[in-house]
Amino acid sequence: MNIPILSILIFLPLTGAILFIFIPREKINLLKYLAVTVTVLTFLVALPLYFNFDGSTADPQFVETAEWIGYGINYHVGIDGISLLLVILTVFLFPIAIISSWTSIQDKIKEYLIFMLILETGIIGVFLSLNLFLFYVFWEAMLIPMYFLIGIWGGKRKIYATVKFVLFTMFGSLLMLVAIFFLYSTYYKASGVYSLNIFDFQKLILDPGVQIWLFLAFALAFAIKVPLFPFHTWLPDAHVQAPTAGSVILAAVLLKMGAYGFLRFALPLFPDAAQKFLPLLAVLCLIGIIYGALMALVQKDIKSLVAYSSVSHMGLIMLAVFSLNFEAMEGAIYQMLNHGLSTGALFLCVGILYERSHTRLIKDYGGVSKQMPVFSAFFLVCMLSSVGLPGLNGFVGEVLCLFGIFKSSHTLAALGVLTIILGAAYLLWMYQRVMQGPITNDKIKSFPDLNKRELGFLIPIIIMMFWMGIFPRPFLRKMDASVTHLLHQIKSRTSVSASVQKEEKELIIKIKKDKTEESKEETNILLK
Amino acid sequence: MTEIFWLIPFIPAISSFILVIFGSKLPRKYISFQACFAVFISFAITIISFVGLMQMPQGSSPLVKNLFSWIQSGSFKADLSFQFDPLTAVMCFVVTGVGLLIHIYSIGYMAEDKSYARFFTLMNLFTFSMLILVMASNLVLMFVGWEGVGFCSYILIGFWYEKHSAANAGKKAFIVNRIGDAGFLLGIFFIFIHVGSGEFSAINEAIAGGSITQGIATLIALLLFAGATGKSAQIPLYVWLPDAMEGPTPVSALIHAATMVTAGVYMVARMNALYTLSGTGANVVAIIGAVTAIYAATMALVQNDIKRVLAYSTISQIGYMFIGCGVGAYAAGIFHLYTHAFFKSLLFLAAGSVIHALSGELDMRKMGGLRKYLPITYPVFLIGAIAIAGVPFLSGFFSKDAILTSAYARGQYGIWLLGILGAILTAFYMFRLIFLTFYGKERLEPETKAHLHESPKSMTIPLVILAFFSVVAGYIGMPVVLGKNINWFNSFLAPIIHGGPGHEAHLSIGTEWLLILVSVLVALTGIYLAYVFYLKKPEIPKKLVSRFPFLYKLLYNKYYVDEIYNATFVNPTIKGSKFVYKNFDLKIIDGAVNGSASATGFFGLILSRLHTGLIKDYALVFLLGAIILIGYLIF
Repeated sequence: MNIPILSILIFLPLTGAILFIFIPREKINLLKYLAVTVTVLTFLVALPLYFNFDGSTADPQFVETAEWIGYGINYHVGIDGISLLLVILTVFLFPIAIISSWTSIQDKIKEYLIFMLILETGIIGVFLSLNLFLFYVFWEAMLIPMYFLIGIWGGKRKIYATVKFVLFTMFGSLLMLVAIFFLYSTYYKASGVYSLNIFDFQKLILDPGVQIWLFLAFALAFAIKVPLFPFHTWLPDAHVQAPTAGSVILAAVLLKMGAYGFLRFALPLFPDAAQKFLPLLAVLCLIGIIYGALMALVQKDIKSLVAYSSVSHMGLIMLAVFSLNFEAMEGAIYQMLNHGLSTGALFLCVGILYERSHTRLIKDYGGVSKQMPVFSAFFLVCMLSSVGLPGLNGFVGEVLCLFGIFKSSHTLAALGVLTIILGAAYLLWMYQRVMQGPITNDKIKSFPDLNKRELGFLIPIIIMMFWMGIFPRPFLRKMDASVTHLLHQIKSRTSVSASVQKEEKELIIKIKKDKTEESKEETNILLK
Repeated sequence: MTEIFWLIPFIPAISSFILVIFGSKLPRKYISFQACFAVFISFAITIISFVGLMQMPQGSSPLVKNLFSWIQSGSFKADLSFQFDPLTAVMCFVVTGVGLLIHIYSIGYMAEDKSYARFFTLMNLFTFSMLILVMASNLVLMFVGWEGVGFCSYILIGFWYEKHSAANAGKKAFIVNRIGDAGFLLGIFFIFIHVGSGEFSAINEAIAGGSITQGIATLIALLLFAGATGKSAQIPLYVWLPDAMEGPTPVSALIHAATMVTAGVYMVARMNALYTLSGTGANVVAIIGAVTAIYAATMALVQNDIKRVLAYSTISQIGYMFIGCGVGAYAAGIFHLYTHAFFKSLLFLAAGSVIHALSGELDMRKMGGLRKYLPITYPVFLIGAIAIAGVPFLSGFFSKDAILTSAYARGQYGIWLLGILGAILTAFYMFRLIFLTFYGKERLEPETKAHLHESPKSMTIPLVILAFFSVVAGYIGMPVVLGKNINWFNSFLAPIIHGGPGHEAHLSIGTEWLLILVSVLVALTGIYLAYVFYLKKPEIPKKLVSRFPFLYKLLYNKYYVDEIYNATFVNPTIKGSKFVYKNFDLKIIDGAVNGSASATGFFGLILSRLHTGLIKDYALVFLLGAIILIGYLIF
């Protein structure tokens, strides 16, 4: 296939954003419809990816490479079974996010849409980059539109939330940058070739002592993004202050980039260090699951409740990732999609309420079901998806995650399974206080039920929830090979480096050149 | 024709789906017609499949229909696969047969409700989930039904969600059930680890092949039973069921009496090979069942809410079913499940008819003397009460007797004794209810008396049918000693009971007669005591209350278990979380973040710049800065 489909995917939204500059800001409707068109087109471009993707191989597909700056800094993109589904999730949610902000964003709509489109390019770029520099550029670039989306269109404490969000993530990613630079120079010293290619780095066998520092630098960046306990406090603030669409994208996609980072970089690049830190990370995840759920239980603000529920859910996903077995890994990836759908949908539902009453406090609501019966049904399904009711998507991911965790540790699973109790508790209690009971606030009596636009963006999500709950196989089969490969990489390389150490007891960096890259054979280079 | 058995659950599902989409636009008559008709079709297919099952030669493989592979990842595999064997057939008859009658009854009972379409949508959805539960050929799909009925129960208990108490009760039911379900899920995981499959056939093979040790079997049995204590409202997770009476009465009859709450019994019977292997697991089931049976019965003695008496009675009766399963008489446990479905749904629906007649009155202190006003409801209610009390030749007599005889025959005399004591209490509280409601002085409010009326035909016809079956349903399981040379029900279920001790009790004929005599005496004693207490000398209860105020208060307040749970689990969790949120999350974790940020001064800098500058400029500066930084680090 000669069509550079991935590049089109990445740059289509950006092109749209550039086009926007030339459209006068008064033409609000044109801007809105164009933004929807661009994001829908992006989604349509991604569809053939899904259908033509070969699930039987772990190699990146639709690969494109181009010379860029040189010195190993190349444009190199490709897609595998892990990134494929995350990209689909992203392009699926963007049109929905934009349609959801149709009326809620009144101010500076042009800039708003431009930032949304830039954000989409950034996110897709992160998932598709196979060159670490390119990855880093997208990773950082994506921060900028997010920064403005919260900072300009956010709530009362938007500045505080924005700065906190940016400082947190910048802090993490700067350390990662140093680590990338270290890897880059190590690779150059070892092989004499400049490279920032992920696959080259995956062949580096690093001394476990060095690995620890590199792993920590990467892991911190990703742990903040996920966020793992205790790096989570930026999340409730960012969510509460962000506009609805910002929250949707933040929860549904941005958090997944942290998990993706662990899968793509932190674990396979530094397997020894990863193994060493697994117990600690697993405990943090477990604390996150329970702690996040308990905090969600006592939130007064619906958005902040959903934000803490994300801490809990992402804890489960990461605990599954760190269980390092097939079922857990597939479950984790599947659950990332589910969490994206269900939490995104919950934020949309909160947004729908907020647009009507301009409050997010649980105590200001009560008895909304009576006034908005159709909405109450939609909200219920979204909630049940998050709770993991069988028949909906959440169950499939949750049960695979828990089973995988169970395979590695019965104790962790026995504690992790608390999530299904606590998850029901905080969401049902919230639903009861907001939707059920008598109408206490007269304002609610004037709430209109869902309009066509709101139905329009909720229905696709609901359909996907049922679809993914009933027919998970097509999705799971896309990731089989990649997950197997990933686990093989993490596990086999740990043992290789261990045996090498035993035999030679020296600091060794072993590099295998790619078969395709010239025909150099295996070379062992001694450091020191 | 038998191969269409897998359609049984899907007919109500389709109906429910249609009602979800178009319910608000369809006429009410059509809505109820469609909902009832869908259940009727399922019932008809159940009959066809049952006939097919009976015609199959002995020892032929069970009917299985694998629709598609649902979840598959590594060693975790679950198919959308159904089976139809004798046990499933019994359950399908209960769910679709009794379910159909309750659907028809609802036409009249819910006639004036605004949310007619929502009600029937959810009733159909429930029927679908319950049929998935009983027809699944593997544990994971069974869990789907298990959680599905839990959801329907949640949403139907809270059907009148504007009432705080109803919304609360629904939520409580779901969360308490989930506690059990967490255990259930872990049990499923253990099975996958040790058997490698969740299919019942594979599990039974693995147990027969000896690949599961007794210790593991006990662990799994107890974890699965944790789920059963939630769903089937046994100690310690029974607390949700009395509150569940907030739901409409047909819901109480269908979900909280006849079908869903017996799912735990079905599960234990389905996994009988496991419980038999474990031994300890089965004993726990029997002990929990026996203790629950008597414990719940004591609470039923003093309740004034007519539905709550029935709710405690249900908890108690399910305890009996678990006694049956626990002592190894699985067929007897299921037999009681089956007869109980008739007489308990009859009692609930008849109570609903009373409530309907009294414009929503639930308090028995405001009833009395109703028998002359309710010429159909009264006799059917009485039949239900006689059946549950264990008076000879009605269905409840045969099934309760089968359980108690089996317990005795297996040497579980303690459990037998508890069962007998429970039987006295059962007869007593049931007739207390009858006397308070239908006999004695009229204590009606003038307003309700003015509107007093017998229920419409759509309600009374199902009552009469259920009353008929409450009388005759037991004859298919007559004990051998009463003349038949074979217990048909036991031999029908025999193919699904694996490797346990023979389920025919080995007692001499004399002992069997003696046991029957004891249980008859017990039932009559209970009824007589109720007669003395509430009709002949109505001052006795009051005297007892003033003599044993503590005991009365303890029972009336349900042993304060709700309060204890709130004080030990619920409140500490909420208060503790609030405390941690305020003092740890906000002050310590977030405080550290904010502190370090402001210490660098960076915070203030960015803040002041943002307030004055043009945002576009900063975007550029930001981007350039990042690029320069990266460039600097690399080169």
